[in-house]
Amino acid sequence: MAERLIEVTDLKVQFATEDGMVKAVDGVSFELERGKVLGIVGESGSGKSVTAMTLLGLTRDQNTRFEGEVLYKGRDVLTMDEGELQEVRGNEMSMIFQDPMTSLNPVYTIGAQICEAIQVHERADKNTARRRAIDLLKQVGIPNADSRVDNYPHEFSGGMRQRAMIAMALACNPDVLIADEPTTALDVTIQAQIIELIDRLKDEFNSAVILITHDLGVVADVADEIVVMYAGRVVERAHTRQLFYDPQHPYTWGLLGSIPRLDRPKQERLHSIKGTPPSLINAPAGCKFRPRCPHAFAKCTEEPPLENRVEEPGHLDRCWLSVEEKRRLREPTLAGAEEAA
Amino acid sequence: MIAFLARRLIGAVLVLIAVSFITYLIFIKIPGGDPAQRIAGRTATDANIADIRAKLHLDDPFYAQYWGMMQSLFNGSLKSYASQLNVVNEIKKGIPATLSLCIGAGIIWLSFGILVGVISAVTAGRASDRLITVFALIGISMPVFWLGLIARYFFAQGHPFALLPDGEYVPLTTNPWQWFVHLLMPWWVLAVLFIGFYGRVLRSNILDTINEDYVRTAKAKGLSRNTVLAKHVLRNSMIPIVTLFGLDFAAVVGGSAILTETVFNLHGVGQYAAESTQNLDLPPIMGVTIYATFFIVFFSVLVDVLYAWLDPRIRPT
Repeated sequence: MAERLIEVTDLKVQFATEDGMVKAVDGVSFELERGKVLGIVGESGSGKSVTAMTLLGLTRDQNTRFEGEVLYKGRDVLTMDEGELQEVRGNEMSMIFQDPMTSLNPVYTIGAQICEAIQVHERADKNTARRRAIDLLKQVGIPNADSRVDNYPHEFSGGMRQRAMIAMALACNPDVLIADEPTTALDVTIQAQIIELIDRLKDEFNSAVILITHDLGVVADVADEIVVMYAGRVVERAHTRQLFYDPQHPYTWGLLGSIPRLDRPKQERLHSIKGTPPSLINAPAGCKFRPRCPHAFAKCTEEPPLENRVEEPGHLDRCWLSVEEKRRLREPTLAGAEEAA
Repeated sequence: MIAFLARRLIGAVLVLIAVSFITYLIFIKIPGGDPAQRIAGRTATDANIADIRAKLHLDDPFYAQYWGMMQSLFNGSLKSYASQLNVVNEIKKGIPATLSLCIGAGIIWLSFGILVGVISAVTAGRASDRLITVFALIGISMPVFWLGLIARYFFAQGHPFALLPDGEYVPLTTNPWQWFVHLLMPWWVLAVLFIGFYGRVLRSNILDTINEDYVRTAKAKGLSRNTVLAKHVLRNSMIPIVTLFGLDFAAVVGGSAILTETVFNLHGVGQYAAESTQNLDLPPIMGVTIYATFFIVFFSVLVDVLYAWLDPRIRPT
């Protein structure tokens, strides 16, 4: 069995605001092993980015409350002091952010920013660090890396900047790479390349990856396991194949139905999930998806537990419907028939 | 870069010409401005006045007069109407005092402005930040002439806390220590307003920059809090401060220090400008105007160059 790198148990993250406590993450658990890719999927505001940033201690603030455990190789990130966290950040776990246009400092060269990441964790002189930076840029597919290393971020295109971000994140050969919507701000043509690159480098660097996205299509090819989040909770969790072939939660159906597909009849309009995610301050009682769920019934006012309801072990979901009902009810949504009719 | 500098240089010359010409026009159009009458005195005959007018070429067309004045200004022979002293020499005499005052005050206000801004941004919302805000607003609100007099009242020799000499300028070459203690009070009086202002501007710049995505990236790399602050936050927040400093410093050297120079009787260029304006003495006014415009224009070019150095995005390619 592969080495277990991350173990998140019942993580809760709350932000104190003037309007009340925002329960951004509400009891999330997952594990990650070396060499695996975990996809975290959900709409904006589902708590997936907060979960990811909490892994690196980036959500720490005087107004933030944490509960639960975030173990990295058995050490709890939530209780680490600032110095230990700095050792972990960039060195053992590193992160790629959504918008490569704003995630690089405009006043330093690409090379200087990569060297900075190397030199903060390792004793490397300027020339060694620079050579490493050039090698990294070559590995992420930047042409003419020898001269490009001295360019400023504004001289790079969006896709190249994201490649540079990946190079920077991999600079210290981290165990875990967290990619927070790495393709959202990029052209569709570049998206696949970046995902492929992350997947390939994961093997080269022998790391594990957490890939956060709102687009199930993005993680379909690369993720080993997928966690679907809604309103700060995990609503479904399964191996990727299993999730696509036998999705259990109506929210997951909605996400799957909203991906344009070539193997289905052409729809007039793409399916969309009606309504908006609930307030995280006064979340509805019972199932959080109930107000938007077309299949809600009386029992949904009680919160369903996250448990295994199908034959496949490790496939968990949070929905009261029986497995048979689910398999019957999901078909129109997955085919997009409701909208097309 | 060279094309950029050449363009700015041509622009600078045009600005100098325009400013001096407008100043000249204003002067000859205001009532009571006829220098011949002022020089001739109260009991002058018409013949006296006509004589003086002829000597000063005051009957020539105004563009010829302007040209003549600019020529004599640049070959160093321009003389004051009132005192008959050489204008260029008088300005040169004032420059050491003015530069001593402005450079010292500039160093103080820039370093303390940054310090105040960083402290209040880092502790934003807490007691130290609120206290600094109150002091900054008081500092910005106090007029220099009032603050100067109050400072003299409390700290100058012969007053309650007799710590420092009361005004006057001692050249650096004569006695460096006396130069320093004589300027200490004027430096702070001139700097207080700017410290408050720069502190406020830098505070809000830092608080804007701290939320930038690249600051989060820097943290995610594992940099320490102080490195993030110095290398990523402050470096970017300082860009607007550089512009402000360049222009404010130029304005102060070019005559905005008039009030401080007068309160402490430093005999700088500002004080010379103030006296000449009171006497409606055209030649020194023109001289000081050109001098001040030169500094403003020079520093705004310098700011542009510095800006390009600080922010690679606007570098001319």
